Amino acid sequence: MAVFLQQIINGLSLGSIYALIALGYTMVYGIIQLINFAHGDILMVGAYIAFFGVVYLKLNIWLAFIISMIGSAILGVLIERVAYKPLRNAGRLAPLITAIGVSLFLENGGLMVLGTEIRSYPAGLITSAQLPLAIFGIKLTATTLQLLILAITIAMMIILQYIVHYTWAGKAMRAVSYDPDAARLMGINVDNTISVTFALGSAFAAVAGILLGLYYNTIHPLMGIMPGLKAFVAAVIGGIGLIPGAMVGGFALGIFETMVSGYWSSKLRDPIVFLLLILILLVKPSGLLGKNNTEKV
Amino acid sequence: MLLLKVENLNVYYGAIHALKGISLEVNEGEIVTLIGANGAGKSTTLKTISGLLRPQSGTITYQGQNVNGLPAQAIVKMGISQVPEGRRIFPNLTVRENLELGAYLRRDREGINKSMQEVFRRFPRLKERQKQMAGTLSGGEQQMLAIGRALMSRPKLMLLDEPSMGLAPILVQEIFNIIREINEQGTTILLVEQNANMALSVAHRGYVLETGRITLAGSAADLANSEAVKKAYLGG
Repeated sequence: MAVFLQQIINGLSLGSIYALIALGYTMVYGIIQLINFAHGDILMVGAYIAFFGVVYLKLNIWLAFIISMIGSAILGVLIERVAYKPLRNAGRLAPLITAIGVSLFLENGGLMVLGTEIRSYPAGLITSAQLPLAIFGIKLTATTLQLLILAITIAMMIILQYIVHYTWAGKAMRAVSYDPDAARLMGINVDNTISVTFALGSAFAAVAGILLGLYYNTIHPLMGIMPGLKAFVAAVIGGIGLIPGAMVGGFALGIFETMVSGYWSSKLRDPIVFLLLILILLVKPSGLLGKNNTEKV
Repeated sequence: MLLLKVENLNVYYGAIHALKGISLEVNEGEIVTLIGANGAGKSTTLKTISGLLRPQSGTITYQGQNVNGLPAQAIVKMGISQVPEGRRIFPNLTVRENLELGAYLRRDREGINKSMQEVFRRFPRLKERQKQMAGTLSGGEQQMLAIGRALMSRPKLMLLDEPSMGLAPILVQEIFNIIREINEQGTTILLVEQNANMALSVAHRGYVLETGRITLAGSAADLANSEAVKKAYLGG
């Protein structure tokens, strides 16, 4: 029981990070039906922007968060305009392959510019203390960092819900994701709406990247690959294209993963996650929250 | 007064020559109908006017201005609003949100509210269901929502694409009454219909479209009495 509850606590922090990344995947998929495989690498860029801000510009960590979000948002929009927009009418395969290309470009560009060394955020950036917890008399521990990750994620999700449901940009996003031509007839600028979506998703990835760097205490140019793939799995589990799906899928995958390493073996963690992806695609490809509807023509 | 003038419009879908040099005119205050069989190019004509499709050649003049190839949002801004074929409402948004999106380019909160009240007066059922997801509405209600949504941009010219499609006869009559009302209150209408009978009963003038070409034009009454139209479209 102690292991179980402890792993839930650990899984919630990891799941938070997956959920933040999965939101970007799912929003972009929702609007242009593209799996943006470069999304995980934007997370890496976000982590580095904050790193350089904190280390060289001596920025406060919160300011570094904001600057990293803005920088990553600009990068996301730039990638869309340069790499994906020219392929808007080219079917699905060409942009997908391009996304893999952009991903490799960012990873290898990162290795070239930043080197292969593993860095970490300065100690004491966020004071992390052990919090003793007791649930039903079972002693557990959570760190303040874990709580912070959860709190930031929940705050970001609330902000996103607000944007999507109560702002003009959010309504435009929902309209475009359902029917781009009908959205055009409303006077919505579809290209700008797609840019807003990439900006939002990339800003969320930046937050996830920094939290990941703080959580594992390492950042390196390839740090985005595995969390990016895992978050993609999370988005599929929840139902790709659905914002609540990405949240549920992220938390579910985080907890599932920590359970596998807690009860079984941490070596099996990654293969089992991808086995789960295969199973979901076989059994319920529309995901936990998705309706089984046929492809729109 | 001339509101819309289309001259020698040619539109291709890939290799398919969909519109072969179409010309038509719509005067302010009129209801003009475009009738013809399935695939004649009626929807294509509307989509080209509203900026969803780009013409290969030809000109579209609206209020004396050339609007060829302008993006759809610019066309909406100039006062042309389309009710698309199949309604194309946003089923995952509420009725109210659908209407708000119709006013997407407007930022005058009070004016938008006023327009919304006008739409609700015209379609009381939309008011009752404003918080419901639009996808849960019946076909007739969805058509009303699509028309209401188009009205939210306060159009001078409304393009209506097959408003009677898939509706029960009693609803068709209701929709056409509404179209006449909207026109009487000052909105010019270009109406595309397969239901030629209905369309000619509300329109002032009409054009007959056959495989991308206009074959007949005239007053609605003349067209309704023409042997060719009777034979091909009125089942007589």
